[in-house]
Amino acid sequence: MCQTCGCSDGARVSVMNLPAGDGSDARGAHRHHGHAHEHDHPHGHEHGAHGDHPHDDHGTTVPLAEAVLAKNDALAERNRAWLAGREILALNLVGGPGAGKTTLLERTIRELAGRHALSVIEGDQATSNDGERIRAAGAPVVQINTGSGCHLDADMVARGLAALKPAVGSAVMIENVGNLVCPSLFDLGESAKVAILSLPEGEDKPVKYPHMFRAARLLLINKIDLLPHLDFDLDRCVALARQVNPEIEVLPVSARTGEGLDAWYAWLASAVARSV
Amino acid sequence: MHELALTESIVTRVSEHAGGGRVRRVTLEVGRLTCVSPDAMRFCFDVVAEGTALEGAMLEIVEIEARARCRACGAEFPRTTLWEPCPCGSDDIERLAGEELNVKEYELEVAATPPIDPARVGG
Repeated sequence: MCQTCGCSDGARVSVMNLPAGDGSDARGAHRHHGHAHEHDHPHGHEHGAHGDHPHDDHGTTVPLAEAVLAKNDALAERNRAWLAGREILALNLVGGPGAGKTTLLERTIRELAGRHALSVIEGDQATSNDGERIRAAGAPVVQINTGSGCHLDADMVARGLAALKPAVGSAVMIENVGNLVCPSLFDLGESAKVAILSLPEGEDKPVKYPHMFRAARLLLINKIDLLPHLDFDLDRCVALARQVNPEIEVLPVSARTGEGLDAWYAWLASAVARSV
Repeated sequence: MHELALTESIVTRVSEHAGGGRVRRVTLEVGRLTCVSPDAMRFCFDVVAEGTALEGAMLEIVEIEARARCRACGAEFPRTTLWEPCPCGSDDIERLAGEELNVKEYELEVAATPPIDPARVGG
């Protein structure tokens, strides 16, 4: 493992089509900066001292004025156009680890079998555990391992879609890496983000992680069956989510007991109908 | 830490734009309400830049204050959160600044001889 940033060969991105077991390296060789870095940075790169001299000394300033995320956003638009051309609904499921994203997907796949064609892109840093669960539930699935990455990006999803080959008019659920911060910044080309927040995480998460809840069209408040056992103020949670995002739709659900899931299925059906 | 991925894309893009020239400084514009930590970007930058045209370059981060305009009363006001209403009470606001994440410019080292082709620099 690289001592500089913690990356390793095992940390590169992989895209694996689980039914076919066809694993491929999504990024090719791990692009890296010169390794052999035993020393402790005592050498003086000039960057620390740059303030000591004027910048126009032997330098030419080149304007760039470009968004850092421009490349990702362009790839996301390409995914969006690809999906629209096939009348496919793509949802980007975001939420913390343990919020119940995979459990919700498993139940949704089982209960909608025969009604909606669903397939899944699973994003995790490591393991294909979630992908295996989705496959067992009966949906085609591609597992993406991001290695050191804390989010999916548009390029990974493009490769995931190429491996998944979703049917025309179907729905693709993209389960992002469990994380309430980073995935909010990366457009994948999805039709909408769906945030999943579970009761044990606490009702104030929408204001603690506002970027994520502002970017979401729908908030599923999961594990609602735990309400009698926890000090969770559901009304306050909804109010805080609407403070951050006045447009957000909210559905309380339990992926374990099934409570509230009919409303989620109705939301999904109308979203599918809008995309075809 | 998405700052690592963002820093990698900055280094790749600027190296490519500089067309083989050595880069001494990169200037970013980062809004105060952008979901990015400038300190984490600085932390990543030296490591990511190593072995590239940006090795040893300075990363300058210009933080941009967040401002909004109220559509109800027309006032402009500073924001400290993503959802702050206008002091008049209205939450119908237009976000003016504070969510930027841009590479503004970079500084190319000019070799004594031969001079760098300006067309290539601008490319």
